[in-house]
Amino acid sequence: MCLAIPMKVIKINGNEAVAVVGGAEYRANLTILPDIKIGEYIIVHAGFAIERLDEESALETLQIWQDVAEFDQEKQRRKSNQ
Amino acid sequence: MLKYIDEFRNPDLVKSVVSEIHREFSGKPIKLMEVCGGHTITIFKYGIQKLLPDNIYLISGPGCPVCVTDIGYIDRVIALAHIENVTIASFGDMIRVPGSRSSLQKEKGHGIDVRICYSPMDAVRIAEKNQNKEIVFLGIGFETTAPAVAAAIKFAADNKIHNFSVLSAHKTMPQAMKALLDSGEIDLDGFICPGHVSAITGVHIYDFITSEYRIPCVISGFEPLDMLLSILMIVRQLNRGKAIVENQYIRSVREDGNIHAMEMMMDVFEPVDTEWRGIGTIPGSGLGIRQQYRIFDANWKYNIEIEPVREYTGCICGDIMRGVKVPTDCKLFTKTCHPEDPKGSCMVSDEGTCATWYKYSARD
Repeated sequence: MCLAIPMKVIKINGNEAVAVVGGAEYRANLTILPDIKIGEYIIVHAGFAIERLDEESALETLQIWQDVAEFDQEKQRRKSNQ
Repeated sequence: MLKYIDEFRNPDLVKSVVSEIHREFSGKPIKLMEVCGGHTITIFKYGIQKLLPDNIYLISGPGCPVCVTDIGYIDRVIALAHIENVTIASFGDMIRVPGSRSSLQKEKGHGIDVRICYSPMDAVRIAEKNQNKEIVFLGIGFETTAPAVAAAIKFAADNKIHNFSVLSAHKTMPQAMKALLDSGEIDLDGFICPGHVSAITGVHIYDFITSEYRIPCVISGFEPLDMLLSILMIVRQLNRGKAIVENQYIRSVREDGNIHAMEMMMDVFEPVDTEWRGIGTIPGSGLGIRQQYRIFDANWKYNIEIEPVREYTGCICGDIMRGVKVPTDCKLFTKTCHPEDPKGSCMVSDEGTCATWYKYSARD
């Protein structure tokens, strides 16, 4: 029931968006998320868009761990060179 | 450009978070509960438990909407379905949930009309096209689903589609979490809080858990990196003696949630006491349809009487949903109860704990 997969909005017809993920198209009612724009990513649940994805916040989550992962890999490399 | 999927499944990032959890974990056994069917699936699908130190136990709570729907509700639906002219419209999972004596799927063989819907709006459209029929939509689900059903009811009201109604079994999550804590049956060290419930409600619905019960709460996304990060955030809170609500899923969950959706939900629904399968009645944990929309309330529209309910002998779905037992404790699990012939609700839905165990770990 809960499609936790983010989908990209490619079309908006009145109160309905067409969103795609992995080549499949879904319709999403926009009644409870009215101010959505083409190009944004949304979470669709029971046929309704319930929330948009915020790129800046997503990058914030990823960046911290990107840095940690790179630091770990560097540590690993130094260890194996010793 | 971000696609919000692969980035959160990146093996290098996952490895870093896993090693950080191992580094920071004190070793003292802890129990963390998730209360979202989507999280149950992620944990099993990606083998999250196996990546963790031995003493971190992940347990599933009452987060699968189909599973927590009480038997009496299924019995009422079956009784409704036998009323002349009534068509039942429902999310697919509900069709196979066993009631006391039958399921909708079995009753289809006795001529009842059941339509599977992807959205509550599909049910409204069926009603619009079939004016000579009464369409009853089965309203199940938590705060994530209830606004969509509220929107469908408002659409039907605005467009005078009076042959559409909803049999509401909608539930709200915080009261169930409180009931679990108050039961004293389980000793929890942290909650992994549901991402999409929180996207609607905002982050403050869990404040009472941290302030009154001193249990850390972290709102989590659904990818493996999200779940592991949330576990790390709880471990860090425990190490520092903290109990606060943190939001790991910041890309989808705003502090105040989706205000528009909450207003829609509370305009149509009001809090009522409701029955949870395996847990019992939890005060104020249900969403009943308000008086002003009562012509869309199937409970008001139809006088439904049912025989006393009965659970399948030996089924321990209730204990599993309260986090007290696991599927392998059940004598029926994989023997007489499996996805093709479920005996309890936890084996029906993809989000059910038993179905998830069966799919991802029954053959371990």
